[in-house]
Amino acid sequence: MMGGAHYLPATEEDRKAMMARIGIADVEELFADIPAAIRLSEDLRLPPALSELGLTTHMRKIAAQNLDVDSALCFLGAGSYDHFIPAVVSDLASRSEFTTAYTQYQAEISQGALQALWEYQSMICELTGLDVANASLYDGATALAEAMNMACGATGRKKVLISAGIHPLYRRVLATYAYDLGIQIEVIPLVNGVTDKQALLAAVNPETAGILLQSPNFFGCIEDMGGIAEEIHRQGGLLVLAVNPISLGILKPPGDYGADIAVGEGQMLGLGLNFGGPYLGFMAVREKWMRRMPGRIVGRTVDKEGNRGFVLTLQAREQHIRREKAYSNICSNEGLCALTAAIYLTAIGKQGLVNVATLCAEKAHYAAEQISALPGYSLEFSSPFFHEFVVRTPVPAKELQTKLLSRRIISGLDLAGLDCGFSGDSCDRMLFCVTEKRTKEEIDHLVAVLGGEE
Amino acid sequence: MSSTYSYQPLIFEQSRPGRVGANLPVSDVPAKNITEMIPQELLREAAPELPEVSEVETVRHYTALSRRNYSVDTGFYPLGSCTMKYNPKVHEQIARLPGFAKIHPLQPEESVQGALGMMYELQTYLAEIAGMDACTLQPVAGAHGELTGIKLIRAFHESRGEKRSQVIVPDSAHGTNPATVSMNGMEVVEIPSAADGGVDLDALRKAVGPQTAAFMLTNPNTLGLFDSHIQEIAQIVHDAGGLLYYDGANANAILGITRPGDMGFDVVHFNLHKTFSTPHGGGGPGSGPIGVKKCLLPFLPVPVVEVQDGVYSLSYDRPLSIGKIHGFYGNFAVYLRAYAYIRTLGPAGLKQVSRDAVLAANYVLKELADVYKVPYNRHCMHECVFDGLKEHASGIRTLDVAKRILDYGCHPPTVYFPLIIHEALMVEPTETESKETIDRFIAMMRQIAREAVEEPDLLTSAPHNTLVKRLDEVLAARKPDLRWRKKG
Repeated sequence: MMGGAHYLPATEEDRKAMMARIGIADVEELFADIPAAIRLSEDLRLPPALSELGLTTHMRKIAAQNLDVDSALCFLGAGSYDHFIPAVVSDLASRSEFTTAYTQYQAEISQGALQALWEYQSMICELTGLDVANASLYDGATALAEAMNMACGATGRKKVLISAGIHPLYRRVLATYAYDLGIQIEVIPLVNGVTDKQALLAAVNPETAGILLQSPNFFGCIEDMGGIAEEIHRQGGLLVLAVNPISLGILKPPGDYGADIAVGEGQMLGLGLNFGGPYLGFMAVREKWMRRMPGRIVGRTVDKEGNRGFVLTLQAREQHIRREKAYSNICSNEGLCALTAAIYLTAIGKQGLVNVATLCAEKAHYAAEQISALPGYSLEFSSPFFHEFVVRTPVPAKELQTKLLSRRIISGLDLAGLDCGFSGDSCDRMLFCVTEKRTKEEIDHLVAVLGGEE
Repeated sequence: MSSTYSYQPLIFEQSRPGRVGANLPVSDVPAKNITEMIPQELLREAAPELPEVSEVETVRHYTALSRRNYSVDTGFYPLGSCTMKYNPKVHEQIARLPGFAKIHPLQPEESVQGALGMMYELQTYLAEIAGMDACTLQPVAGAHGELTGIKLIRAFHESRGEKRSQVIVPDSAHGTNPATVSMNGMEVVEIPSAADGGVDLDALRKAVGPQTAAFMLTNPNTLGLFDSHIQEIAQIVHDAGGLLYYDGANANAILGITRPGDMGFDVVHFNLHKTFSTPHGGGGPGSGPIGVKKCLLPFLPVPVVEVQDGVYSLSYDRPLSIGKIHGFYGNFAVYLRAYAYIRTLGPAGLKQVSRDAVLAANYVLKELADVYKVPYNRHCMHECVFDGLKEHASGIRTLDVAKRILDYGCHPPTVYFPLIIHEALMVEPTETESKETIDRFIAMMRQIAREAVEEPDLLTSAPHNTLVKRLDEVLAARKPDLRWRKKG
């Protein structure tokens, strides 16, 4: 049986009428250019069609094999964060006038999305303290890779210094992007959970294209980035900072540190966990790098009657104009995710972002104190942190993870799993995250289970 | 629409100090001064200038913006090369199920078996549709798929001790093809198209050599034409030791009819947001999975979804892998929709999709061929390309036709692409439009053709009925105004 007839409005009569107009007796004639040797003679080997009811039943069954954070307590972060999302955010972002449109090539009938993206760019500039933002990149990891390419392109150099505090999965993406361009990556070690500043500054030389840091870093620690911009600028390189936009409610923004480029993951701005995607890469730069920035940019202009309007602009940077000379091949980005982030930041508002960031910090610090007070548990680092912290556990982290999961608690990350300096089967380090969603009661419950009381 | 509504104030202009737009959780842990947790020198001095509006103002603002946006759900969207087909509503419902939307990418694998299993099955389906041996879902856009595919090809050659630095692309290629090559540190070799719009075989023969890493091709090509020499093309490239990359932007023409793998391609990317009906989202999120032949398997990006004894896992143990290309595993929520689409259509439905899409495009081609120039007089595939109007008053360009289309409440076709057709208008009706809708489009295009002769001012001054008139793009680029700033 043929499925999907409800998406195919042509009736047999319509098909006949169109064929008659074209002057063919069979649709097959239209495929005559395809040599017989490569025509499929049999149906594709795919499962038979499902009805809508059959489909939803099937998909519910698959969904039921996953443990979601509504039915469990989530203390897992490490690049993907379980924050509270006001109902208006998903409701407005799922309006089909936004979801079923494409890139705003025809500005006159795309003013809604263009204005929303322009406002999004403005909000990213406000958060990061930088001058210009683009209309999104794929995700935090690829945004950092684009920033690395940009630093090398802008300086004509091929060496970058990156902190060992950068998310290990991001570092793997950097390595993938760097390889083909011949970019050399030197990793600067950590001291007490933060980048060894002395080692970093000592490694900077006239061949350094840029320094890449993340703060709060993968281990949750806040990097003190004072004085770094001055040194790298003195040597003609760029400072690239990867930041958590929620933390920027309270933490000093990249602009204040003298950064040239700020990038990051925007998933925490109203996007779901979605098993890792779609997420949102954001990027903001100093004005002098504006024409080097990859990705789409929306600008404000006027129409011929002098009314305000918005258009995609500075397109001379992009692949469809510049082809092999483009700074990046990106075209489709994460437009709807950027729009969602703008709605989230609108709904949360100026004071709201400060409150969310403060709540995260307070609850995470409470949890860290309670956990580290348990016998056998301690904090790995004493550096200041935002809402994540590494705990040394009295038993292998893997064991704890399984125990917690059996009580419907999604534990912190077992650091054995990622190449971040704590690998090994008997790893006893766990990276916990506490957001504003967790209540004191839930944190106390976690602590009780960790302590073996429950 | 009255002029009152033609201007939607910026969200920042609606902001008033002290207004609150969300009801946040409160602190229930012992209160602490912020500086007890984080030293003063790491804190920001003033809160970022985000809007301060009430919940209802948030709702009105974004609702107003949505009404100023054309979409597939609003009307016909024949944007060539973008496959703006209908996006099923049930997919949105499925993607919102907590068991999909609310799972963390680093949860223990035993707690996400459903998600991993769905990914594994979708990989299998896409590999079958492409005629390939395996598939990775991870690239998040077509261009990202290209980047990944070319990295695989480079890794393949390197593993055989060969340094091949050139990638050949036709002059009709999408701009992403040459940009991708540069982003991989390789050299672009562009070859001209033949008189029939296909690959110029002689030019290709001259271009290939020991430096050739790959040839990137779209088939049907960007002119909407199927290149019947494809097997010969594959032979030429393979004989020179290169691999063949398939840009799947135009795959809507070939579902269940022919397969890139059978044509001789070694790597193929699909755009799930085109061919497999996932919403374009105003320019993403998309998804650009790639299928590969066996020889490229060892190089696939990590992690790879594997299954053993019915248990799914993510494997990072791939010593020859090109590495990681995305923070996690790509755009999972997009996979769900593509999976649901394939399960809904089934093999016969998918084939009918391509048959109807190709039929509709040829119907448009036939109906407009007497008033718009047809550069190649042959059947097209799922889209047709015109080279502007046949007759018109002097100075009328394709841009004017496009802007006039806006007055009729329709989205214009793709214009000025491919670059080799100077006044290109590329129409892709897709299979999800009724004959009545297509007939209305045809009537409109014919009416505009008449206007171009009789009342050319209507075109040059278009659009007239939109909320804003033709926008000054030169001003936008010359004096970039890219953000709001607080006054004072």
